[in-house]
Amino acid sequence: MTDLLRVVDPGLYTTVQDLGRPHAISSGVPPGGAMDRFAHSAANLLVGNDIGAATLECTLIGPRLVAEAPCLVAVTGADCELLINARPAPMWSGIFLSTGDELHFGARRSGARMHIAVSGGVAADRWLGSLSTNVIAGRGGMHGRPLMSGDVIAAVAERSGPGVSGRELDPHLRPDYSNHTLGVIAGPHMKRLDADGRAALLGSTFHVSRDADRMGYRLDGATLRAAGDELLSFGLVAGALQVPGGGQPILLMADHQTAGGYPVVAVVVSASMAIAAQLVPGDEVRFEETTIEAALRVRRERRAALDSLRS
Amino acid sequence: MPPPRSTTRVRIHPLGDTALLAELGTRLDTALNTRAIALAAALKKRRDVRQAVAGYATVTVHFDPDQTTHEALGSAIKRLATKRPPMEEPGRLHRIPVVYDGPDLESVAGALGLQPQAVAEIHTRPIYRVFLVGFVPGWAYLGPLPEELAMPRRDVPRTLVPAGSVAIAGRQTGIYPLATPGGWHLIGRTSVKLFLPDSDPPSLFRAGDRVKFFGVRP
Repeated sequence: MTDLLRVVDPGLYTTVQDLGRPHAISSGVPPGGAMDRFAHSAANLLVGNDIGAATLECTLIGPRLVAEAPCLVAVTGADCELLINARPAPMWSGIFLSTGDELHFGARRSGARMHIAVSGGVAADRWLGSLSTNVIAGRGGMHGRPLMSGDVIAAVAERSGPGVSGRELDPHLRPDYSNHTLGVIAGPHMKRLDADGRAALLGSTFHVSRDADRMGYRLDGATLRAAGDELLSFGLVAGALQVPGGGQPILLMADHQTAGGYPVVAVVVSASMAIAAQLVPGDEVRFEETTIEAALRVRRERRAALDSLRS
Repeated sequence: MPPPRSTTRVRIHPLGDTALLAELGTRLDTALNTRAIALAAALKKRRDVRQAVAGYATVTVHFDPDQTTHEALGSAIKRLATKRPPMEEPGRLHRIPVVYDGPDLESVAGALGLQPQAVAEIHTRPIYRVFLVGFVPGWAYLGPLPEELAMPRRDVPRTLVPAGSVAIAGRQTGIYPLATPGGWHLIGRTSVKLFLPDSDPPSLFRAGDRVKFFGVRP
């Protein structure tokens, strides 16, 4: 392992994430992993890593990092000003850092989360098959906690792929993060909403409340009343739109509770979860019913976009 | 006429484009839960299934949409579910010591018209089944709780319940594995660790296990 980056300032909330630990769900451990899997995967591919390598997931305010050794990095995700030695640098692009170069962030224009990949993959604690940080358990990632000043980021491996800087993901191949309409498939308990409730879910605008984190987002807007008896608890998935008794829907995200008994009226499709991951409190969000076929088509398009970075 | 056997009626609901919910029934029922656990175990062996998690009477299936479709997997689940589940091996038996001095013991006893020690005595009587592990790391839904102790959840959930709290709600009982918010009635506490972060699986209880509580002095 080679020390690559020193954390001068950790930013607001920066954690190590990979593609999560789905096999631990049956022990009640959230699957975790990158919120925006597209941005995470693209960052990795831009520096020649496999998409499963760990990256740094930054929230709203990015960190300030100094290169301890020459390395190839890429920053993707939320639209913000990326600065290398105080000069603007492109996002969604492989960038070569020399020893002593400083990476930090200026103003954020939109979006919630940036991903920083380093060639070779971020080295971190492995817990239940994943390097992702689980702060509740205090395991995985950087010793189960967000980054702190003074931490040093090492790479797992010497550069695996060709270390080419300047590789870039074409803007039209990225998800349209400015379109906050998320595709949904009707959930198992959609019928518990009456016609007005369904119209409110699929026709009105919600806002992400301040109660929004890696576990899920409470949404402000129409109050949804789900009728019927209390449900027996069942296994949940990221993207599920739960309606608790109070009627304020909750969109479950990467660190979601693994089981629950609130009605799930709809589930956001996998391709729209990258958009959902970039919502910040106050953002508008709408839900549009789609079909499984259409959802899988967008999913394949996104994968083709990522595959274009492999050549 | 007897009610129709539920074994053939499996309802398949999509959960987005990469998961589905197989619903075997809607009742709190040990036989249904046994079938759900057996179905989840059978599904986990399939290459197109990434994860299968049994609920009380459901299985949540995460699958690879490149290898199968909702329809194909749904049909396979219906076929698997009609098979007689293998004879269930009795789950491991855990004996859990409890100090019955929870902050809600008096109010629970008052609401039920029982003495606090009677609440403790009734709570220790059954051998409970682990219906489901989930919600937060290490949490297990245990039941059925004797009817005499059935109470709705607290109107106002606590913002922080200490780890190790033994709690009841409805026909269920459970132990808070971590300090988390919670709306169940706290009747006691145990020193047994439910969440074992350095073990794999990291949960002491597994679905299908059995749990017997016994009272101890503080």
